[in-house]
Formats: sequence, structure tokens, C-alpha cells
Amino acid sequence: MTVTTSQPTRRQSAGDLLGRLFGGGSGTVFALLIVVFAWIFIVNPSFAEPPSLMAFLKQAAPLMILAIGQYFVIVSGEFDLSVGSLVGAQVVIAAALIDGEEGRTVPVILLMLGFGILVGLVNGLITTLLKVQSFITTLGMMLVLYGAIRLWTGGAPTGALSEAFRQPGRGGIDMAVVRQLPWALMILAGIVIVAVAVMRSSYGRTLMATGDNERAAAFAGVRVWRVRTLAFIASSVMATLAAILIGGYAGVTAQVGQGLEFTAITAVVLGGVVLGGGKGSVVAAMAGALTLEALFVLFNQLSLPSTIRPAVQGVIIIAAVAYAARERARPRHHQEVPSQQQPNEA
Amino acid sequence: MRTTRALLAAAAAAALMLAACTTDEPADTAAPDESAAAEDPGAEGEEEPEQETADGEFFVRADFERQLAQRDVEPEGDPATPWLQAIEPEYVDTAEFAQDGNTLCFSNASVSNPWRVTGWITMQQQVEVLQQQGLIGEFRVSDAADDDNQQISDIQAFIDAGDCNAIIISPSTTATLTPAVEAACASGVPVIVFDRGVNTDCMVTFIHPIGGYAYGADAAEFLVENLEPGSTVLALRILPGVDVLENRWAAAQEIFADSELEVLGDEFTGGDGAEIKNIVTQYLQRGEVDGIWMDAGDGAVAAIEAFEDTGNDYPVMAGEDELSFMRKWQETGMTAIAPVYSNFQWRTPILAATMIWAGEQVPSEWVLPQDPITEADRDDFLERNADMPALHYAKFGGEDLPGFPAAWQDR
Repeated sequence: MTVTTSQPTRRQSAGDLLGRLFGGGSGTVFALLIVVFAWIFIVNPSFAEPPSLMAFLKQAAPLMILAIGQYFVIVSGEFDLSVGSLVGAQVVIAAALIDGEEGRTVPVILLMLGFGILVGLVNGLITTLLKVQSFITTLGMMLVLYGAIRLWTGGAPTGALSEAFRQPGRGGIDMAVVRQLPWALMILAGIVIVAVAVMRSSYGRTLMATGDNERAAAFAGVRVWRVRTLAFIASSVMATLAAILIGGYAGVTAQVGQGLEFTAITAVVLGGVVLGGGKGSVVAAMAGALTLEALFVLFNQLSLPSTIRPAVQGVIIIAAVAYAARERARPRHHQEVPSQQQPNEA
Repeated sequence: MRTTRALLAAAAAAALMLAACTTDEPADTAAPDESAAAEDPGAEGEEEPEQETADGEFFVRADFERQLAQRDVEPEGDPATPWLQAIEPEYVDTAEFAQDGNTLCFSNASVSNPWRVTGWITMQQQVEVLQQQGLIGEFRVSDAADDDNQQISDIQAFIDAGDCNAIIISPSTTATLTPAVEAACASGVPVIVFDRGVNTDCMVTFIHPIGGYAYGADAAEFLVENLEPGSTVLALRILPGVDVLENRWAAAQEIFADSELEVLGDEFTGGDGAEIKNIVTQYLQRGEVDGIWMDAGDGAVAAIEAFEDTGNDYPVMAGEDELSFMRKWQETGMTAIAPVYSNFQWRTPILAATMIWAGEQVPSEWVLPQDPITEADRDDFLERNADMPALHYAKFGGEDLPGFPAAWQDR
């Protein structure tokens, strides 16, 4: 059901992409998605009703957006661990600055976007120009944001979001059958179209090439630092958009955003995108996010405790990387040794 | 190329571990809310075999029954200043600590949630008043940011400095902080412990509201009274393993077991609004939910919104005295109760210190009243806190302090 709702975009805007998807080993995630959904429908047939599915998509949209952002960074051969903290920071900033005043909604959203771009720019420039491993850069950024926000607010969030701010994440167009067509879904659709277009543009190809082989790309005239910095900015902007949706969806709490970087990376890896860059599709990354969310729904429907999630995420990330490493090892024999090390060390 | 890949693999491994840490984070920040942490089998073990019940590890029937009974005891003292009231106090003599020195030292576990932030502001305002009166000189504070080791060294630093005339400790966890509190007692200065407890009675006074069982029972009893037999209840919990939160749930289980309500499930949410909303939405997709029980009010509004957004009727609900929930309650007119874990307890240790310095008697275990807010007094509390932010707690008890209301608004 969900697959079909998001498929028209793919078919219309990127018909030939499908072939590339399934050819590249990302097809697994779609198969998994179908299996998980089928299982949910068996456990709880009422989940298949359109209003339930819409509610699910509304809830899953922020993670899908985060996964798209994380995809840009991972495919270029880097990591962005700062997105979870950034989501938390952005929601807290929004609540503190808006403080319930409707009129401040739009200026604050613009400010948040500006802050997002700034964070991405700093992440990108430190990684590319100062040659700090992105793992370290974004880990540092994660801690800086986490601490700075607590310092600023005195430990716990303050203020309140406006009704208008909450609309994108919570509201939608009321209609028959689906009950409500969420704004979040439409925003997601827009982002997916842009993301697919970007990956098909020359920038997307350059990004992919950079992730695959940085030196070869540099010799071919790619300004690697610029390409990667843009990827970090894209990731931070996506995190900002996700923050707007998450804040809108559930309001402001002290724990918002925590652990999301890990969930997003799990989603991307589950989508068959190779850690280390150069391989994978943005739609598959998004499908990875959808599968992960569906999996959590399934756990809930099976009455498993929600504390099982971190463990499952851990298993998924190891299994997916190991699987991808095996897939990769076959056609490219010269990489066999290092890529087989990955599962062991991870 | 190979080194890059090896590095990336290492990075992935590290990311895993790290993210695992971050996901664990709420365990330290969210739940300790008001509550104590760290179970302590040693101290409670002896009482346990008495009667086996719901969840042995976190349920001590004697404590449960004592707390439930304390709810009906009229506290001694003026009801206008509940932070000075005490339930069944046993006074101890403090003449040995009477002194002119007035340097007050406070080792705080953290200010990592809105409940603690609110209380911390109240405490500072109380100190300011007493400083102006000349009763308190220097007020030294260290914040351990939920880190046991940090707090142990914070306390040691106060002892080593040697010029604290009293040490107030809000312990981060029970068992781990016990030796540090004992060391502080041994240094000869009066020690005051509040909020979460420790496994020693060496301190002059231990200040706390009635406790977790009473909180959980207030919430559960309300649901039992206000729901038809056979109705369904969903329990939302922050996280497992923290004793006061576990006590709340243990008390609720005890009461639900004797009722005809059906508990659909108990889910851990980490106190995250998005998670709460997801879980409630999913339960609503499975079937009807008539009541919501929560072990702390964080994110209560998100739970209510899940009913709104899926077009369901409002549940009967137990939240907390956090204003966002109380305002939503008033706005919607739903049937609800706000159990209270008395935030005004943050004033008491400061006042206790000045009493001890003056050689006045204080209760050795200072049990503060803990009355839930019901529909009858809800509007009154909302009116009194009309200008307060959403994450403020209605029973913060600082209305008479000179910094009111600005100090609590501007945080």
C-alpha cells in the first residue's frame, strides 16, 4: 500500500531509476518492506485501512527525510552523526524563540533553516578543509549542539510552539477515505522529487564518484571539498525539515531527537547504501527508513517491548553492512580483503 | 584505499557504540525526573519476603501500604506553606550543629528535566531571600549532570574545602552515592538529603514527598473510579529499572489487579513526545483505549493529541501537574487527574539548613505532603500559574518569593 503511494513519483520522474535500483542490490529493502507490511496486515488487518496508513506515513515522514539527508553524506563517503542533536536543538530553538506567538512562526523557521545551513557548512568545511574525519567532526558537533542547547536553556526546553508551526507535522487536508492527507506526506513527496532530481543531475553523479573514489574524482577535476560540503549542508537542512515535522507532530519534549542519527544511519544502510560511499540509491535509503518504521510498528503489534529497538537496530546495521560487503566483494575482487574486514570490525 | 576502508569500518563500529550510548541517554536524564534511581536490594531485601506480589523486585508491600496510608494523614504545620509541613515527623535535636557560620553547599544531581529546572529556580529564589536576611552567606553549588562519579567528587570537594557549614545533597542514584553521603556526615557538618534517598540515616534530615507508590496509586485509583468495568487502559512509562518510577507502576499494577479494568499494555517511551504519540496511535489502530496511565507527565499532551488526530474520544487520563498537560485538560474538559510529586520540596532543604544552624529541631525523615490536583482545584492552580511557561509545574510553591513570577518565566 505504502509502496504504491510513493511509487508514482518514481515512475513519473525516474522511470529508468527502477532498473538501477534493483540491479544495484538495493532491491532487498523493497522485498523486506513488503514482507514486513504483509506481516503487519496479518497481525492487525485494521492497519491496512487508509486512515491508519496515512497516520503511519505521517509518523514515518521525518525519519525518511533524515534518511535522505544522511544518504547524501554517506554516499559521498562520510558520516553525519550530528543530525539527532540538530533535530533536538532545532525543536528547542523553535519553542524558545516562538514562545507561543503565531506571528513569529515564519521568521523562526527561516532562522532555523539558516542555522541548519550553518551547521552543515561547519561540518563540511572542517571535514574537507581541515581534513578531520567526518566521524569525529560530526561527533563533536553532536556534543556541541547537545551541550550548547542545555547551557542555553538551563537544562530543559522552555517556551512553546505556535499552532501554525505545528501544522506541517500534525495537520493535513481533511478528506474522505484517508481521513486526512498529511502535509508531512506532501512535503516528503516534494523532497523526494528534488532529491531524485539532484542525484540524476551532474552534481549527483559527481557526489557518487567522490564517494566511490575520491582521488580519481579529484583527478577528473571534481572539487571534492565543495561537493562534500554541499552534502553536509543538505544533511543539516534535511535535519532541520525533519525537526519542523517532528516538533509539529508531537510538540516539544526534552528527549526530542535523541538517537535519531543512529536510526537514520540504520535506515540508509538497510536501504543498501554502502558505508564508505559510492553506491546506493536515495529512494532505497528512504525505503530503508520506511522499512525500519514499519518494523517498529510490527514489534508494537506483536506486543514486543519497545526497549528491544536499539538491539534490533544494532543487529540490522551489522547484518546490512555484512550483506553489502559480501555483495560488493563478488564483482570487485581487488577489494575483497578490506571489505570482508568490515563485518568483523563492525 | 585500504586504510580508508578500515577507518570507515572502525568508524561504523564506533558509531554503533556511540549511538547505543545516545539511545540510552533518556535512562539517565528523563526518568530521574523527580524520582530516585538505582534499586537497592540491600536495604529493602529484608522486608521483601513478607509478601510476594506483582513485581517482587520493585514492590515492598510494607512501603506501599505505609505510603497509601500517609496520603490520609493530616500533615503537621501550616497548609499555606506545604514545604514546611511534615507527615508523622519524629524530631531530632540539632543543638550540636548550632553555629554562626552560614556557608551553604549544595551538590545537585542534575537539572536535566523540566521538573528539576523548576525546582532549582525555586531553590535559588529561596536562598536569595535568606541571603538578604543575612541567614545564608555564600551558596556554593555543583551540578553533576546525572553523573554519579562526578557527584561523588563534588561532595568530596565540599568536604575537602572544609568551610561548608552544611551540605545539601540531591543524590543522583541511591546505592552509588551512599558512601559519599556517609563521608560527608563523617566530616562533622550537618548533611541534608532530599528527593532521592540513600541507604544510610547518617544525615540530619532526609526530605522527600510521600513517594512513588502514592503517586502511582493516585493515578490508578482515579482510572478505576472513573472508568466502567471492562474498560481498557494503556500504561505509558518512561523507562524500566528506576526505583521510584518502578514503584509508581508497581502500585498501579496492584490497584489494577483488584479492579475490572483491562490493562492493554505498558510501554516504555523514553518520555519522548513523538514516541508517545506513535505508540498511542498504534494502540488506537488496534482497538479502543479508554484510559491512559502515565508514570510521569512528560509528553502527556502528545498522548492526548493522538486521540484527537485519530478522531477518537478523549480517554480518562492521569498526567502530572506540568502546565502543558493541565492546560490541555482544562481546554478539552476531559476527565483527568494530575498526580503530583511535590516540586516545592526544593525549598525545604534550604530552610532546614537555617533551622539546623539555629539549633531548632527538624524531622529526621521529613515527609512532605503530596496531594494530586483534581478537577476541583485545577482552575485555581492554572490561574495562579497563568503567566508561567508550559513546562512549569503547578505545585512549585514559590508564589510568595520576591522573584515571582519573572524568575520562573525567564528560564
